[in-house]
Amino acid sequence: MELQRLAFSFFNGEVASRYWLDIVHGMWVTTYLAAAVVIAGLGTGLALAMARSFQLKVASFFIVVFADAFRALPPLVVIIVLFFAFPYVDLAMSAFTATWLALSLVLAAFAEEIFWAGILSVPKGQTEAARSTGMSRLQTLVYVILPQAVRLTIPPLTNRMIAITKGTALGSVVAVHEIIYYASSGASEAGNPTPLTLGAAAYVVLFLPVVILSRWVETRFAWKR
Amino acid sequence: MDQIIQVFFNAAIFERAWPFIWRGVQMTIALSFVVVPIGIGSGLAVAMLNHLHHKWLSRALMAYVDFFRAFPPLVLLLFIYGGLPFLGIDLPLFATVALAFLLNTSSYYGEIFRAGLESVPAGQAEAARSTGLSRAQTMLWVILPQATRNVLPDLVGNTLEVIKLTTLASVVGFTELLNNARNAQALTYNATPVVAAALIYLVLLWPLVRLVSRLEHKSIVVR
Repeated sequence: MELQRLAFSFFNGEVASRYWLDIVHGMWVTTYLAAAVVIAGLGTGLALAMARSFQLKVASFFIVVFADAFRALPPLVVIIVLFFAFPYVDLAMSAFTATWLALSLVLAAFAEEIFWAGILSVPKGQTEAARSTGMSRLQTLVYVILPQAVRLTIPPLTNRMIAITKGTALGSVVAVHEIIYYASSGASEAGNPTPLTLGAAAYVVLFLPVVILSRWVETRFAWKR
Repeated sequence: MDQIIQVFFNAAIFERAWPFIWRGVQMTIALSFVVVPIGIGSGLAVAMLNHLHHKWLSRALMAYVDFFRAFPPLVLLLFIYGGLPFLGIDLPLFATVALAFLLNTSSYYGEIFRAGLESVPAGQAEAARSTGLSRAQTMLWVILPQATRNVLPDLVGNTLEVIKLTTLASVVGFTELLNNARNAQALTYNATPVVAAALIYLVLLWPLVRLVSRLEHKSIVVR
């Protein structure tokens, strides 16, 4: 009897058949949002780390302040400030844009720190040797330093990317139509938590392969000297 | 400029919202002080069980850790919050939130401690055992201190992440800082409370960010 009630509540076929299409649509939005965050976040983070490597005092100072601030601020707080506070000064943005921008800023901050640590880990002699062959500073960075630095950054970057793309679920708070939005609105509409089970399953389907892949990446690119 | 100050840094609104915000700060700190030790303790337990090198136990723990690392914490929280009543279980909100965090944080801390335990060479345990220390003593006095030191940057970094995670509790109406700030914003039609909350998080967590940076930098230089 207990088991039957459990099945009726959490694995209700009739409820599932009504809501699974919504969840699949949510999965598409989640994937799309996550991809956009990864591209913008990693790109910005790399650009900032490169800018910092030119060691201009003022620029470096602002990059460090940016990276520190967005590593300290909880992502949900950033989303809420962008979405709820900015409209007061006529800077309204869609829920999707606010979530994308917030998560990209946070990822950029972490990525900048990771890339910067990677750049620092390459011995100075490499730069000196490259420069003395007549390469410009930018060429040295792109062709000599970064290829060596990036390898070391792959494990921590992978972990951070997983953590932040999981943050796409936070978009549901400002009603981005991703998995959790459909799952929780479905659950309250049907008076049955089956849509939440579907939503949870959807996340496992999307993220479990990534987590398992990250284990492989970690051993493949581990620090070895 | 005037408009920005009026909307984002309004002193009158801030003064009205402050008791509310202050209450939220206290709840955030209280929640952190419950969630972080539970997470560290349970993560350590997961890693030590894994360290027994029992084949099936280790596989089960690995599956547990991967499963909850794949699961967004907000999803876990909403699932537990929305699902438990259907099981006839009625937990206070604080306990519901703590339970959701326990499942999430134990897997992250567990993974960190696992890496730490593995980083200690086997010779250390053998040497300790041959001096007559019991297995428990070896773990406690020889392996664990070295393991913890080796993964200290990750431990502190994850603690920072866990404290930031406490903001998720606002989604289920737990009266922590973000929740109270949002309510104050809705009541006053002014962004000041939310901006103030963001600044409070910044002030509280910045030292921790600096600490993580220093520890990480040190660990790279040492290598």
